[in-house]
Amino acid sequence: MATPSAYAGTADHAHDHHDDHKLGFVQRWLFSTNHKDIGTLYLIFAIIAGTIGGAISGIMRLELAQPGIQYLTFFTQGNLDASYHLWNVFITAHGLIMVFFTVMPAMIGGFGNWFVPIMIGAPDMAFPRMNNVSFWLLVPSFALLCGSMFVEGPAGFNGAGTGWTVYPPLSTSGHPGPAVDMAILSLHIAGASSILGAINFITTILNMRAPGMTLHKMPLFVWSVLVTAFLLLLSLPVLAGAITMLLTDRNFGTHFFTADGGGDPVLYQHLFWFFGHPEVYILILPGFGMVSQIISTFSKKPVFGYLGMAYAMVAIGFIGFLVWAHHMFTAGLDVNTKMYFTAATMIIAVPTGIKIFSWIATMWGGSLSFPTPMLWAIGFIFMFTVGGVTGVILANAGVDTYFHDTYYVVAHFHYVLSLGAVFAIFAGFYYWFGKMTGKPYNEFLGKLHFWVFFVGVNVMFFPMHFLGQDGMPRRIPDYPAQFAQYNQIASYGYAIMAVGMLIFFVNLAVSMLGKRRVEGNYWGEGATTLEWTLSSPPPFHQFETLPVIK
Amino acid sequence: MAAGKTHDYHILNPSPWPIAMSFASLVLAAGGIGWMHETAWGMPVFFLGLIAVTAMFFFWWSSVVHEANTGDHTPVVQLHHRYGMILFIASEVMFFVAWFWAYFNAALYPKLHEGIDGVWPPKGIEVLDPFVFPLMNTLILLLSGTTVTWAHHALIHGDRKGLKQGLWLTIGLGIIFSCIQAYEYHHASFGIAGDIYGASFYMATGFHGFHVIVGTIFLAVCLARVYKGDFTPRQHFGFEAAAWYWHFVDVVWLFLFISIYVWGSKFGAAVVHNAFG
Repeated sequence: MATPSAYAGTADHAHDHHDDHKLGFVQRWLFSTNHKDIGTLYLIFAIIAGTIGGAISGIMRLELAQPGIQYLTFFTQGNLDASYHLWNVFITAHGLIMVFFTVMPAMIGGFGNWFVPIMIGAPDMAFPRMNNVSFWLLVPSFALLCGSMFVEGPAGFNGAGTGWTVYPPLSTSGHPGPAVDMAILSLHIAGASSILGAINFITTILNMRAPGMTLHKMPLFVWSVLVTAFLLLLSLPVLAGAITMLLTDRNFGTHFFTADGGGDPVLYQHLFWFFGHPEVYILILPGFGMVSQIISTFSKKPVFGYLGMAYAMVAIGFIGFLVWAHHMFTAGLDVNTKMYFTAATMIIAVPTGIKIFSWIATMWGGSLSFPTPMLWAIGFIFMFTVGGVTGVILANAGVDTYFHDTYYVVAHFHYVLSLGAVFAIFAGFYYWFGKMTGKPYNEFLGKLHFWVFFVGVNVMFFPMHFLGQDGMPRRIPDYPAQFAQYNQIASYGYAIMAVGMLIFFVNLAVSMLGKRRVEGNYWGEGATTLEWTLSSPPPFHQFETLPVIK
Repeated sequence: MAAGKTHDYHILNPSPWPIAMSFASLVLAAGGIGWMHETAWGMPVFFLGLIAVTAMFFFWWSSVVHEANTGDHTPVVQLHHRYGMILFIASEVMFFVAWFWAYFNAALYPKLHEGIDGVWPPKGIEVLDPFVFPLMNTLILLLSGTTVTWAHHALIHGDRKGLKQGLWLTIGLGIIFSCIQAYEYHHASFGIAGDIYGASFYMATGFHGFHVIVGTIFLAVCLARVYKGDFTPRQHFGFEAAAWYWHFVDVVWLFLFISIYVWGSKFGAAVVHNAFG
């Protein structure tokens, strides 16, 4: 990748144009066609949704801190059946909110919108108006999902308690009320938002690269968003089909998933996971990209094995479409099918290993510094490796027969997502905070946030491996006393993590209210991508004369 | 805005349509849910939402047409539109993959599915004769593919009369196709409810039919624009997008015809299952 000195014609227009000042609030923030403003909206949305999703998990950890039902009854006037259903509503909402309304909007909508156009030397996205509808569709979608918690699901109880996977028959005959219809249409709208976003990113990246910015010179974050966008484009329509079948099974008497009449509940699982497995890579790939930029910046070295890194992501994306049934090892697949999906799944460890070792090789011999984003990035590598290793274990159909639907799986996917993806988001947030706001974050608070959060999430999620090995099922609010100790430790972990988040919000407030300003490239010579050639924050419309990459 | 730019990209002004479209879709979804659960307000709210969404499409695309006519669509922006349309069609293909998946899941393995007696088509289902109306519809769609190409060539060669004739014929064939489908749905001996055959048949062909109607409207908009004087022999991506979409709908039909109507009738699946058990 080229260094800033190699970019010719990159003038800093910060003081030449003040287009943003001409726009009123409504014009600028509600009718926006500016990729940076829309990116900011996405980030604000993700923070709000993440806080709600995190608060729900707080209630869950509180309830799980000891055996018995202590707190859920508070919401249900002491009705135990209603409490059990409420639990299912909470896990469903937590999962959907974190996947569709926190991680995706933050990574793709937030950082993708902000930095993909800048990193390829483009003045904006290819379809700026469609960009805005992608954001605003999330608002009704989120409203439908939150609203579903307050309308009838199963007879007599409120909310969709189906899990984020919405499996039938629980989601069909098990939930006759409108709550699940609201959740389904919420997913339809969120899916439309993401498909439009994916079209926008692919077109932008393929057609708006500055002169000289060949595909093989693109920053790895742009590569990661490109691969992610293809996964979204090709997997989400299949989910749309699957949940449309749910909708017609529920409301129009079709028998797609009902055994009598020839339907097949396992068909739903195939369709869902044909989307669902690419989806988990959608959640993590942009994180790979961000971590690559950050590790490179603070090692003052180009990424080791740039092309290998780029094509490892392409390989992960491609193979990601061929492994879906490893989520269904206990659904009654025949043994040959399970053998294939075991083998295919383990193959993904190869390109993933390429990435892990290349990050380490990037740091090897580098001129290392450890400001907050670097801590989060290294934390990401550590956590993602732990989650990745348990993933290889779970890939074995035989082992998974034991581990399926236990806390081992919960530990696994929280290590790759709650710790992997979320660490990448915080890494990116601290890395680009000054670029986006023009203000420095507080380094001490940032590092404190990292360490408290790091300790908290590990205390929370590591014992879940042991719980799973001991056979504790997931998705239950109550459990035998033998699981009490590790659950208590995990709940203490949540409290520590929550303190970490408090520090984050304090840091956010302190930094936003501060009067200090940062320069264009506050990371120095290690920061080589195009956003560091611009002012902080960049001008409302950057690159009015396109940069030329040599 | 951005008067100082020296590049050919289109920097857009703020627009109210995206946010309005989003909230119109919320009204549509809420009305649909209310209607499905038989509330008094459901149906009117649904249609209110539908009108609002349709209006937003109209206003939004009117802006696009206006921008095309005022020179904002430079060659690179036209290339954006080509990428965008191809990617949109790719996502549509994956949407139909889900319906074909549901169909073949039952049709290829009828023995694994209780409730359809181990054969495909299931016992008691009187399938439609593929070589009467479905074959005719196949020929109609293939013919419409040639008429839209006729219109395209006429457009490229500056023959506005031929363009209008080709488009009129294409739209007419699209409407005939939809009418025949409606007729056949009306006279079919099986319904959508109760079994996997009806579900997969009506949802797959029904979503195709919906796409035919959308494609017909798309072509009709192009025809209206032709009468307005839009499109030049060099720049007419709106027309090309409609034609691409039309060909996509055509190809989906060919797969439906082969898989569901022909193979899924007495001519295919049943023979295979009888021979190889």
